[in-house]
Amino acid sequence: MYRYDAFDQQLIDERVAQFRDQFRRYQAGQLSEDEFRPLRLQNGLYIQRHAPMLRIAVPYGLLASHQLRKLADIARRYDHGYGHFSTRHNLQLNWPKLEDVPDILAELATVQMHAIQTSGNCVRNITTDPFAGIAPDEIIDPRPLAEILRQWSSFHPEFAYLPRKFKFAINGCQHDRAVVRVHDIGIELLRNAAGETGAKIWAGGGLGRTPIIGEVVSDWVPWEHIITYCEAILRLYNRYGRRDNSFKARIKILVKALGIAEFRRQVEAEFAQTKSSATTLDQSEYERVAKHFQAPAYETLPAENTAFETARATHPAFAEWVKRCVHPHRVSGYRAVTLSLKAHGGAPGNISAAQMESVADLADRYSFGEARVAHEQNLVLADVRLADLFELWRSAREAGLATPNIGLLTDIICCPGGDFCALANAKSIPIANAIQARFDNLDYLFDLGEIALNISGCMNSCGHHHVGHIGILGVDKDGSEWYQISLGGSQGNATRLGQVIGRAFAAHEVPDVIEKIIAVFVEQREGDERFIDVVQRLGLAPFKARVYGIPAKEEVTHA
Amino acid sequence: MLDFIKGTTLAANEWKTLRYPPSAAEEHKQAGKTVVHKVTGTQAADMETIAALKIPAGKLIVPLKVWIARQEELRPRLAAGELGVWCESFEVIEDLLATVDDINDFPVIAWDFVRFTDGRGYSTAALLRQRYGYRNELRAIGDVLRDQLFYLRRCGFDAYELRADRSTDAALTGFADFSEPYQASVHIDQPLWRRHIRG
Ligand code: SF4
Repeated sequence: MYRYDAFDQQLIDERVAQFRDQFRRYQAGQLSEDEFRPLRLQNGLYIQRHAPMLRIAVPYGLLASHQLRKLADIARRYDHGYGHFSTRHNLQLNWPKLEDVPDILAELATVQMHAIQTSGNCVRNITTDPFAGIAPDEIIDPRPLAEILRQWSSFHPEFAYLPRKFKFAINGCQHDRAVVRVHDIGIELLRNAAGETGAKIWAGGGLGRTPIIGEVVSDWVPWEHIITYCEAILRLYNRYGRRDNSFKARIKILVKALGIAEFRRQVEAEFAQTKSSATTLDQSEYERVAKHFQAPAYETLPAENTAFETARATHPAFAEWVKRCVHPHRVSGYRAVTLSLKAHGGAPGNISAAQMESVADLADRYSFGEARVAHEQNLVLADVRLADLFELWRSAREAGLATPNIGLLTDIICCPGGDFCALANAKSIPIANAIQARFDNLDYLFDLGEIALNISGCMNSCGHHHVGHIGILGVDKDGSEWYQISLGGSQGNATRLGQVIGRAFAAHEVPDVIEKIIAVFVEQREGDERFIDVVQRLGLAPFKARVYGIPAKEEVTHA
Repeated sequence: MLDFIKGTTLAANEWKTLRYPPSAAEEHKQAGKTVVHKVTGTQAADMETIAALKIPAGKLIVPLKVWIARQEELRPRLAAGELGVWCESFEVIEDLLATVDDINDFPVIAWDFVRFTDGRGYSTAALLRQRYGYRNELRAIGDVLRDQLFYLRRCGFDAYELRADRSTDAALTGFADFSEPYQASVHIDQPLWRRHIRG
C-alpha cells in the first residue's frame, strides 16, 4: 500500500499543528462556533448527540496492521474501546473528548493516518472496491488513481468551500462494487480496443433526500486527463451549484437543472481550456504511485489444496463460512476473505479494540500485513493462501469475526442512527438487531440466499437504504420513530433505487413486516431465484398485499 | 493605519469600497429564512438604487453593477487609475470582462465573501489569473478571516481586507499553514510531483 514520503508526512503534521491552533483559538473565544464548525468538520469532528464524533479517514479502504493496532490503542485510550466502520471506509469514534482531538490527530499522524476532509463541504474520502488488485474480473487496479486523487483533493485550495459535500468512487472491474453511480463523481476505469487506459465519468449520482442515479458525462477520458476533467466538473459546480438551499446544493441538482447535455457541454468547454496543464498526469508520476501497489510476493501454488478440501468436507461450519466469506482471487492458490462485522446482536460495522488487534494479527500472519474496509461495513483480508483458510477461520471465529452471513439477510448495512447521530429521525441499530434475532437460523439464511438489507436513520441515507434489496428508512411522525420500507433497490452494474411499499411502521412491527416479505419471496421463488429477481419479476403488489393485508392495488405512496 | 494585507505583509489601504445602502439589499427568503448565499446570476440591486448611488472622489472600488450601468461617467476615473470594481459572491466575473478590452485596465478587482464558506471566489480568482490574464491587485473583502488566507492566496488573491473585528496582524501567520502543497494553483503553479523528486 502507499507509504508516505517526507512531503506527505510534513503535510499531515502541519495539519495537526493547524488544527491544534484552531482548537486553541476556539477555546479562547477567538473563533466563534460558526467559524470553527467548517474547520472542525474538515477534520472529521462532529458535535453529536451524546459526545463529539471523530471520523477517521481510511483512504480507499486500505489499512496496514500497524495502523489497526494504533486505532485499537486510540479506541482504548481516548474512547470506549471500539469504533464503527461507515459505508465510506471511514472509522468513527463515538466518544472522544473534544479536548483530546488534537492529540488523537497527532497520534494518527504517527501511522500516516488523519481525519482530513472526512466531513464538510469539500471532496471527501475516495472509495473503491475492497477486492482492488486481486479481483479476477478487474480491468485496471483503481488504487494508484485513488491515491493520486487523494493527494490532489487534500487541501485543494479551490474546492474547500463547495456548495455541499462531494464524494468520489472509483471502480476498475467489470462488476461495479464501488457503487459509482450513486456518487457525485463516479469513475469507471476502462481499457479501449487499442489497449489504452481511460475512464468513463459519471456525475450527479447520490442518495440522500433526493436519490438520483448519476449520468455519464464522458464515455472516455484518457487516464492522464482524469484529474483535469474532474477539476472542470468541480469548478462548474463550485461556481453554479446552488448555495441558497442546502437541500438542493448537491451536484445532482445542478446536473438535473442544466440537463446532462448542457452540463456536459459546459464541462467540456472548461476542460478544453485546462486539459493540458501542469495538473495533467504523466507516466512517471503514475508509476511512482503505482509501484506502492505492486503485488505482494505471492508463492507459486497449485489451484487446489488437499488439506483445505479435507477440512471443508469434515467441518460443515467451515464449509458454510467458505461459501459465504471466501472470494476468488486472481492468483492461483489464494483467496480473499471477508471478516464479518455483522455478528447477530452487535451494532453492524462496530469493531472492538481487541478485534482490531485480532485483525492486525490475522493480517500479519496470513495476508501480507494488510486489511481493507468494504463499504458494506466488513473487513477484508485480500491475500490468503488456500492452505491457511482453516486456521484463519478458527482464529477469526474466536475473535467473533467469522459470522458466515456475508451477502445474506443479516449482513445489514446500517448507519449509527438515533443512538449516536444528532441528525437521526429514528434509531437504526435496534432495528438491525431485531431483524437479526428474528432470522437467527443460519441454515434458513443460507437457503434464502443473497439479500441486501440496508437501514438509514434519516433521509441522509448513510445506510444506503435506497440501494438495498430491502431498504428501511427511519422517519419522524409527530415526534415518534417510524420506519418506511422499500423494495427492489440494488447496487452494482444494475444500480436501481428501491420503491416505498406504503405507510411506515412502528419499530416493533418491523421484524414481522420483514418476515412477511420473506414469506412471499419463499412462496413465489422459482428454484434458486434470488430475492431481488423475484421482486423484479413480481413487482411490489404481492408484497404489499401480504404486508398490509389488502388486495394488491395501486396506492398513493410518498417517497 | 496598517489594517490591510498586501501580498503577505501589512500595508495601508489606499482604496475605499463603495457599498450599496443596506436598505437596497433585496431580501430573499426561503422557508422564512433569509437567503445569505444567493444563486449565481442574481441581480445585486435595482436600477434605481444604482442610479441614486453617490460616487465619492478618490480611489474607489465600485460595485460591478454600478460600473456596468454608469460606465460613461466612470470611464475618466478608470483612465486616471482611481477606479476598481468589486463583485458580489453571486456575480460572474465574465460580466466584468465583457466591459473592457483589457482586464488589466483595472488596477483593483475585489471579490466580496458574503460568508467565508462561500467558495465561489476561489474559482473566480483562479480563472481571473490563469484564464483571463489579470495581473493587478485581486482583493478579498467581506467575511475574510485568518483561516482561509492560505487557500485565498493559492487561488490568486494578493490583497485582503480582514473582517473589521479581527486582528490583521495576528492573521499573517495564516499564510504559513502548509509549506509544500500537493496541487498546482496560481501561487505555486506546479503540483508537488513536478516540483520535487518524490519517494
Ligand atoms: S442516515 Fe441520518 S441518522 Fe443515519 S448516520 Fe446518516 S445522518 Fe445519521
